[in-house]
Amino acid sequence: MPKLIKNGSVIDDAAQILVLDETQAPEALSLPEGQVFVPLAVWQAHKGVLSDNKAVGVWLESHESVDDLAEDLDSLSAVALNFPKFTDGRAYSGAALLRTRYGFKGEIRAIGDVLRDQFFFMQRCGFDVIQPKTGKYSDAQLEEALASLKDFSTPYQAAVDQPEPLFRRARRAA
Amino acid sequence: MYRYDSYDQKIVDERVAQFRDQTRRYLAGELTDDEFRPLRLQNGLYIQRHAPMLRVAVPYGLLSSTQVRTLAHIARTHDKGYAHITTRQNVQFNWPELKVVPEILAELAKVEMHAIQTSGACIRNITSDPFAGVAGDEYIDPRPWCEVLRQWSTFHPEFAFLPRKFKIAVNGATQDRAVIQCHDIGLELKRDAAGEIGFRVLVGGGMGRTPIIGAEITDFVPWQHIITYCEAILRVYNRYGRRDNLYKARIKILVKALGIAEFKRQVEEEWAFGKGGPNTLTEAEVARVATHFTTPAYETQPADDAAYASQRAANPAFAAWARRNVLAHKVPGYAVVVLSLKDPSRAPGDITDAQLDLVAEWADAYSFGEVRATHEQNLVLADVKQSDLFAVWEKARAAGLATPTFGLLTDMICCPGGDFCALANAKSIPIANAIQARFDDLDYLYDIGELELNISGCMNSCGHHHVGHIGILGVDKNGSEWYQVSLGGSQGNDTSIGKVIGRSFAAAEMPDVITNIIDVYRAQRLEGERFIETVRRIGLDPFKIGVYGDAAIIERKQHA
Repeated sequence: MPKLIKNGSVIDDAAQILVLDETQAPEALSLPEGQVFVPLAVWQAHKGVLSDNKAVGVWLESHESVDDLAEDLDSLSAVALNFPKFTDGRAYSGAALLRTRYGFKGEIRAIGDVLRDQFFFMQRCGFDVIQPKTGKYSDAQLEEALASLKDFSTPYQAAVDQPEPLFRRARRAA
Repeated sequence: MYRYDSYDQKIVDERVAQFRDQTRRYLAGELTDDEFRPLRLQNGLYIQRHAPMLRVAVPYGLLSSTQVRTLAHIARTHDKGYAHITTRQNVQFNWPELKVVPEILAELAKVEMHAIQTSGACIRNITSDPFAGVAGDEYIDPRPWCEVLRQWSTFHPEFAFLPRKFKIAVNGATQDRAVIQCHDIGLELKRDAAGEIGFRVLVGGGMGRTPIIGAEITDFVPWQHIITYCEAILRVYNRYGRRDNLYKARIKILVKALGIAEFKRQVEEEWAFGKGGPNTLTEAEVARVATHFTTPAYETQPADDAAYASQRAANPAFAAWARRNVLAHKVPGYAVVVLSLKDPSRAPGDITDAQLDLVAEWADAYSFGEVRATHEQNLVLADVKQSDLFAVWEKARAAGLATPTFGLLTDMICCPGGDFCALANAKSIPIANAIQARFDDLDYLYDIGELELNISGCMNSCGHHHVGHIGILGVDKNGSEWYQVSLGGSQGNDTSIGKVIGRSFAAAEMPDVITNIIDVYRAQRLEGERFIETVRRIGLDPFKIGVYGDAAIIERKQHA
């Protein structure tokens, strides 16, 4: 079973990311068994049916806006944000907005080109589930990669994981 | 200057450990080239023509003598005996081996230095006025604000992978010496009617392929809100800046596409959520940082030292240096000394390990142990007593650091170019040296007067050619190196972007081209008129005729 990082630990996870190919219309719905993330277009076409199903989450492409989910967050338990390339940093703002602007308490999952050297930033921006790039890490490497979550022990600035900046958290000597 | 506390030190130490592990995994094949590239870039490490190039951060250009000695040691031990001052006030080493870079970073960390975010698509080293704290026209010291912003931007988790690089500059004096109009965010410190400190904010300026002068997004943000305001700008940019085309990814393209009014609307809509939040600055924090930038223990000195005056009268070479490279200081009896890195026998901005050691020694002896790096690629001793100037000059002259040409044609800004940089289209250093050799007569240079000549080896514009009174840009034409000349650019309060005068030139033609341009200026100038003022008054045509001849201009007009 694929492994991912949830709240700092490696766990098994069987959730599927439903990706539509060119021949599939969002209107035609066929969900696999178990936990699944559907594209935004599928969610929008079927949210009346899907919003009662706690096994269904939504995933957004990096150009899609979390603002479009604002009205639906109460009926969602999980949102995944895709990194098409790890250098595409839009999802960091997306996750931060979900947590701070929209108060989303459910799972926010990083998917796509997710590499260990970005784990620290992801965690700071509010991702609680980090699903590494498929096939990138062996089980042992993923355990080792947990260290990257702790790259820096006391960051300067406020973020989702640490809502106060250092100058409010610590009494710093002049 | 700012000294680390245990928090600052820990962040830098943890960075060394992080990069050491990343380098290990890269060398072990666990990280691909593509995966490692942004990581090493965010640590200032480029793979260049000869070896990796390491760019070390010098926050807003301030260095202690201890740091300068460490740079000398690194130049001697891990490089070929020299370092290079960049146009972001940073220091570059051109020859370190990748596998020793973690060691170099560890040595830097011991003296409160690092290479964090000196490259890559993130917030870069924050630059400022090299004369901060000592200039007579300063109304608010920018250094504490630079430091506050440095800490905020260091490893900011949301803005580590922006569409493109992001540069911030801060100025707090009547004269802009930080090029704030050509930055992604340019901050001008000011006071409102009630005397409260705040910032005028410019956005979307920059050089590069598409030079644009920044637009004012707000005329006043109170100081408490400067971080939340910058965060709002960065968030709008991170979400909506173009990522499909590297050449259209800077914030200036987004601002241009939306228009400043719409961009401002989006930023202020975003700011409404962050304003007043935890990132709001506190008086305690600003005061804590500001205590690091207090006035040094100046001695009471006569405003005009008698010995200094008689030394100038007796020694024309000293007088020439004092006239060009010694600047007024706000404290009576003190002076600001520009140590020139424009000796024609070296690449502009280069300095040897031995010179660095000497500069550290002079800083300790004459300038409270501090040195500044300028974006014009010189070093500065900011607090020298007038009575010490002659001694400083004698030593600087013996060390090749007293070329008396500050602000003149041969005090050029010049990127490393094709000799070192893998991005360059053409070499820039040989062009600079050839022009310096042509204009080696000091009387002639003094007659030409203030002139900024800037050279970039490619469109990335590290040599600031767009804002040079004379700008030279290296271009590639069918695999050979050519040079395009522009006139009328300017930095500072009246920033302008230069205009290209016509077809480009071969390297060997460049000294003649510059001579022809200068001849036109000398023939046309009015009494006391600087080069840039003449260009603005008479336009480009007389210079085109001087460079290309009447026939070429007439032919071009007929074709137009």
